[in-house]
Amino acid sequence: MGRAACPVGGVTIGIAMNDQQDDDGIVLTEAQKRARRSRSIAIALALAALVILFYVMTLVKGPGVLVRPI
Amino acid sequence: MSFVSEGADFRGALAARAGRGLAEPSLAGVGDYIALMKPRVMSLVVFTALVGLAVAPGSLHPMIGFTALLCIAVGAGAAGALNMGYEADIDALMIRTQRRPVPRGRVKRGEAIAFGLTLSAFSVVTLGLLVNALAAALLAFTIFFYAVVYTVWLKRSTPQNIVIGGAAGAFPPMIGWAAATGSLSLEPILLFTIIFFWTPPHFWALALYRTDDYARAGIPMLPVVAGDASARQQILRYTLILTPLGVAPWALGFAGPLYGLTAVVTGAIMVALAWQVFCERRPAERASKQLFAFSILYLFLLFAVLLIERGWGGLLARLVA
Repeated sequence: MGRAACPVGGVTIGIAMNDQQDDDGIVLTEAQKRARRSRSIAIALALAALVILFYVMTLVKGPGVLVRPI
Repeated sequence: MSFVSEGADFRGALAARAGRGLAEPSLAGVGDYIALMKPRVMSLVVFTALVGLAVAPGSLHPMIGFTALLCIAVGAGAAGALNMGYEADIDALMIRTQRRPVPRGRVKRGEAIAFGLTLSAFSVVTLGLLVNALAAALLAFTIFFYAVVYTVWLKRSTPQNIVIGGAAGAFPPMIGWAAATGSLSLEPILLFTIIFFWTPPHFWALALYRTDDYARAGIPMLPVVAGDASARQQILRYTLILTPLGVAPWALGFAGPLYGLTAVVTGAIMVALAWQVFCERRPAERASKQLFAFSILYLFLLFAVLLIERGWGGLLARLVA
């Protein structure tokens, strides 16, 4: 906030209220935070698994890793 | 435009988005996303793909086999998520499907479709990069066939929906075979054909005792559109085509005597049950339920025996090599 320099009634109050709401944004409930955290962990684990899979498969295929027969 | 009106516009837009469910933070957990992937369907897809992979000739590194199955499983899950995202409206009307994550409000339609598209891209690209291009192309086609041809087009427009759409469920053994060999031959096409002709009696048996459910959702399943008697007749016809096809791998020398015996005995039971369904009339539904349950066992037994007889030895040899 801190933009209440203009003391002209409605406009000043309007700005302050807007800033208040914009700053708060969407406030997550505890359940929503837990759900978001579990989703984030799952995405992280999936990406880590993908990295490991590509690493292991590169070792398995060796120099022929780019050879993909049709 | 003043700051006040801008703020009001913004809040109005936010409220409108929230009203449409766009701005509301999601409560969906990992379990909801797993449910979107239809784990039970996925397990059948993985099993039939494993059989295709295991009975294929030649050598295959177990890690490549594992990667192929993983990609096929994720691709099947992606198709399931796309299906649930698109069908949320009719899922909410059917008792069998109304507990799915989208109709329950746990996951939004857009989220389900985005999830499905992301998994589709990852599974196809990974299979193409790490295994081979033919398997990846078949997987991409399977996802497209299930999500677009079956879900978007056929399911709501024709009573032949599951006959043609059944091809999507029949592709996994071919993908498994292609992953192992980089090519296709008569054997995987035969496995495809068995699942293709198995699908109509399986799903129409279910539809016979869920007719009201399908009618409420407006899905033109055969018993809803053509009537009970016609559906029973079609079940018997398709079963009579299916059972010789089930025996064909043995008759053509692709499978051994254990498979032949299993296919003959279970095929005879399938025909007997289909005949009972043909003779039964509504409101009786015992025979339909029995055929639906046994059809799952029938397909499982055929593929399991094939896996034991043909694939298991080959799979062990590959692991040792």
